[in-house]
Amino acid sequence: MTITREQIEDFLYMEAALLDEGRLNEWAQLLTQDATYQIPSTDIPDGDPTNSLFLVADNRFRLDARVKRLQKEYCHVEFPRSRTGRHISNVRIVEQTEDSILVNANFVIYRMRYEKMDTFVGKYEHRFVLENDQLKIKDRKSILALESLRPQSKVSIII
Amino acid sequence: MTDANKWVIEDKVKNKFLVNRNTFISDEILKLEKQLIFDKVWVYVGHESEIPNPHDYVTRKVAGRSVIFTRDQKGKIHVLLNTCTHRGALVCREEKGNSKTFLCCYHAWSFKNDGELIGVPHADAYGENFDRKSLNMIDARSGSYKGFVFVNFANNAESLEDYLGAAKEYLDLVADQCAEGMEVISGTHKFCIRANWKLLGENSIDGYHIPHNHSTYIDFLGEDEQIDVSGGIAGQAFVLGNGHVVKEYKAPWGRPVAKWSPVWGEEAKGEIEEIIKELESRYDAEKVHRMTQNNRNLWIFPNLIINDIMSLTIRTFDPVAPDFMDVTAWAMGPKNEPANLRERRLDNFLSFIGPGGFANPDDIESLEVCQIGFNTYPYVEYQDISRGMGKSQFNIDDEEQMRGFWRKWNELMTVEESKVKINS
Repeated sequence: MTITREQIEDFLYMEAALLDEGRLNEWAQLLTQDATYQIPSTDIPDGDPTNSLFLVADNRFRLDARVKRLQKEYCHVEFPRSRTGRHISNVRIVEQTEDSILVNANFVIYRMRYEKMDTFVGKYEHRFVLENDQLKIKDRKSILALESLRPQSKVSIII
Repeated sequence: MTDANKWVIEDKVKNKFLVNRNTFISDEILKLEKQLIFDKVWVYVGHESEIPNPHDYVTRKVAGRSVIFTRDQKGKIHVLLNTCTHRGALVCREEKGNSKTFLCCYHAWSFKNDGELIGVPHADAYGENFDRKSLNMIDARSGSYKGFVFVNFANNAESLEDYLGAAKEYLDLVADQCAEGMEVISGTHKFCIRANWKLLGENSIDGYHIPHNHSTYIDFLGEDEQIDVSGGIAGQAFVLGNGHVVKEYKAPWGRPVAKWSPVWGEEAKGEIEEIIKELESRYDAEKVHRMTQNNRNLWIFPNLIINDIMSLTIRTFDPVAPDFMDVTAWAMGPKNEPANLRERRLDNFLSFIGPGGFANPDDIESLEVCQIGFNTYPYVEYQDISRGMGKSQFNIDDEEQMRGFWRKWNELMTVEESKVKINS
């Protein structure tokens, strides 16, 4: 696979825009049919979800259920929807093989709700692949640099 | 507004139970809670499995106080107040580790992990009356029940076993799930809720909110996991004394301890039968049935919750301000659990529980908007917690379990001592 950093950046910026705009069904199309979405607990950034407690460890099945839930009126935590502003930087291609690319990037996400603003700071470790000639995320991992979710309280938005 | 007699109003004739909302917003009431509750009763620190080996330690806050939860050379557990007796600095600044001693970063005083002061640089300057023993770290009175370790800062409470009382039966239903004992699994959910600490206790034992507040989770079970949810969620709530309360009930979800779910496939049925067979070799059929088929949400007064539901979680919550609590939660499972069962346990955990689950974020939202709603005080002065009053048995969607908490809370908060302080 020969993909440039610019292509990856364009992808990540588009992904962030879809999430900020609440276009979750379109966002879900950016991930492969066998995708994973993980957020380790803040005290085990290098943990393994099969033997350690994560904050989020979705396979595609639960990711689809999450996207469906987040758009329901009775998903109280996101209805009405929180406002978010996502900033992605320090994008690096750290490994490129024949069939996948490992990308690291830094993120800062602001979430606004009831006139309180919370900031999520961390690092993405995403594995990209081509699925039907389309660049997609196969493994989407968001590692929080935070020591705890205080005062962020929850990760109900996609981080 | 701080008339103690008005905090909780119970009218058994009219079946009315009211709690004054000032108990959720007043700085003065929080100060009294720290003094008359958190400094008086047994408070949960951690589980022995978090520090399995000599010299293991973890640091955390218990009721807002920094402590080192550690095990000495002989295996004895200590809960040391994490402050240098010289000038106050934390003597241990790591989250966890293994160390025989702790060295203060400020003037290099050092302490053994049983609290003994062992190093004072240039001690000769203190003169010959220097009393080292009086400068040992405070080793708070601690006690353990089946691996659950509690601390009593006042050092004058009844024994831990007496304090837990009837709650022990429910702790046993969790602790006895494995012959080798239970353990805390790595990975900690450290979060907060912008709400008064008591709201999370109430929420954890509240069966009334589930059908609406968690309807999207019930949808997930039925629509996505293809679980038959027609049986609903039903069972009973009990007041256990000393402020401890519990609800025990049947629910459609699978339970890693040993209640099968279609998501785990036919092959899991055999594994679950094996677990039940092993438990039946140790306990009578009724206990095994309750352990494996029933769910329970146990609130140990004042701030420990054990939810043995679609997975097993321990959760503590400390007030930081009247409208803000810190929450720390862990997953728990049997020691030496086979890898595939551990994975299943953790997967089931994340479908409902925690800051990224499909249910707890909706709890957090509800508690936070309750707290915002309290800004209407005193024009809306009371919470109504009278649901199910006057009955002889209580369902999980009654509110007797909340009343059990509040009666104890009121008893501790309205001792003569506190009245004097309020009036002064």
